Amino acid sequence: MIMMNTFTLTKTTKTTDPIAFIRLGRILRRRRWVLVTGILSLLTLALCAAMLMLGNTIYPVRDVIAVLAGEEVKGASFAVGTIRLPRMLAGLFAGFAFGVSGYIFQTMLRNPLANPNVIGITSGSSAAAVFCIIVLQSSKTVTSVVSVIAGLLTSLLIYILSRGHASFSIGRLILVGIGIQAMCNSMITYLMLIGEEHSLPAAVRWLTGSLNGVRMDELPSLIISCLILVPIICLLGRQLMMLELGEQAARSLGVRTDAVRVMLIVSAVILAAIATAITGPFASVAFLAGPIAVRLTGAGSANSIPAGLVGGVLVLAGDLVGQFAWTTKFPVGIITGIIGAPYLLFLLIKLNRRGDF
Amino acid sequence: MSFRKHVFQARDLVAGYDDRIILDHISLEIPSNQISVIIGANACGKSTLLKTLARIIKPKSGEVLLDGQPIHKIPSKQLARVVGLLPQSPIVPEGITVADLVGRGRYPHQSMFGTWSRKDYEAVAEAMEIMHITDLANRPIDELSGGQRQRVWIAMALAQQTDILFLDEPTTYLDITYQIEILDMLTDLNRRYGTTIVMVLHDINLSARYADYLFAVRQGKLVAEGKPSEVITSELIKDVFGLDCTIIQDPISNSPSVVPIGRHHASGGIPTAIGGKVHVR
Repeated sequence: MIMMNTFTLTKTTKTTDPIAFIRLGRILRRRRWVLVTGILSLLTLALCAAMLMLGNTIYPVRDVIAVLAGEEVKGASFAVGTIRLPRMLAGLFAGFAFGVSGYIFQTMLRNPLANPNVIGITSGSSAAAVFCIIVLQSSKTVTSVVSVIAGLLTSLLIYILSRGHASFSIGRLILVGIGIQAMCNSMITYLMLIGEEHSLPAAVRWLTGSLNGVRMDELPSLIISCLILVPIICLLGRQLMMLELGEQAARSLGVRTDAVRVMLIVSAVILAAIATAITGPFASVAFLAGPIAVRLTGAGSANSIPAGLVGGVLVLAGDLVGQFAWTTKFPVGIITGIIGAPYLLFLLIKLNRRGDF
Repeated sequence: MSFRKHVFQARDLVAGYDDRIILDHISLEIPSNQISVIIGANACGKSTLLKTLARIIKPKSGEVLLDGQPIHKIPSKQLARVVGLLPQSPIVPEGITVADLVGRGRYPHQSMFGTWSRKDYEAVAEAMEIMHITDLANRPIDELSGGQRQRVWIAMALAQQTDILFLDEPTTYLDITYQIEILDMLTDLNRRYGTTIVMVLHDINLSARYADYLFAVRQGKLVAEGKPSEVITSELIKDVFGLDCTIIQDPISNSPSVVPIGRHHASGGIPTAIGGKVHVR
């Protein structure tokens, strides 16, 4: 006698076809992913529009579109075109870059604590930038270039220090990263104490991250690297999902793990370093974006794009709150930091309970 | 039904970390379409041998050959369609569902974008049916018991549809009931599809029962190989595990069964298959 299993498709329909049962589950999960990603895109778009419209003077959509189309609108052309547009673009792309970069590290190292801050990229970049501004008094371009290079070198240093004699350990990487981060931060604080007053406002950005005073000519490097690296990261999305199963499983499934890992790490490090060079480190964005995206879309799919979108949303929303919620204006990094702190505590308690720490 | 045959050989394998040698010039050929089990004491190199055969560890010298071709020269996706491995402790991504995890076994068969073809669905459904987990398809793995999880992992390896499957201690941490269940399912797989199975098992009696062929490893050297009935002797067990024992016949499977002799039970009677008592010496 053949036993036929029945599977519940919905409350009212059942099937004996296992393929239909598996397919339906996948379609539902896929639909959720598309829906969430769509909503996040719309939200991002709405926040971008708000960033352009809101300010000391509120301009209607019509004026904003006219300015973007290159028309001369009295007052709006300067406020929207010169001040608000670069601010919005910097927030969007830097948020996206931090979100994707954090998601890659968290997924590949299988640890929610792993993110560009911990891995030292942002702290190295920041310390070098502050050094350039205060001690060398270099131009903005030089500062950006130096801070990208410093970010890459710092992450390399942390990687070398955490390698140990035989094996690479993620725990060691995170601890070394936290140590280096503390060193860099104390160096920043010292430089700011000895720094001259006029260079301090520029240097403060590197402590918390801010979109204040971003100029259009600073943005091409960030936008271009996003446009090149994000597609590469998306193409490697499935390999990243396999790496999530562990080195051995990934290799036996035919993933060239070493090559894939190097490509992903280099892409993520460059994204984070370039974003830091322009906006400074946004506390918590890289750390929050991935877990929020995974929670929204459901695990088991490639979530680089949703993570990037969540990163963008966090930065843009944080900046709007920082600008308009109180009479005093706060840099966006402070707002995202406030959101991130409770999550970090929650995570530490959870990891501690699970015995992972 | 004829099964696809492969010649899978290792030639003069040497492997190790730094200057510690773990595999010491091992040469062997895996019998095609059979179940082979690698046995040996802890830290004898049996797991390293399995991982070197399954291309996870690169040997210092020597080579592993699939149908006469060195495996490191075969493109990795192409090799993954013939040779699969279930690692000892694979990692479950948080929140993933059973069907999605099993589906990851289809990676070497899919194009760059990973859309599921009819074949992918069929392979996943079949693998889940063999492991009796179809009704769990859309449940998150976090909710499953240890035995169920292990079945999901094996289903993932099955969805890969390889002719040769390596398993690194597939029954560790499982209750005896689930150990038998898993080994029975692997035997079904071998009998039905002719899948060549090579695994490391901890339990020597289960190894003797389920293996068609045994490889015994001691200190990185292959010391014996052959059918369990020929290989398992009290001398070999003494040699490989350093354990005094008596070999009796397993009353259920007729395979050899090891009865250890401890300090407290050295002169005790040993029940035989027919229930009488036999005295050692």
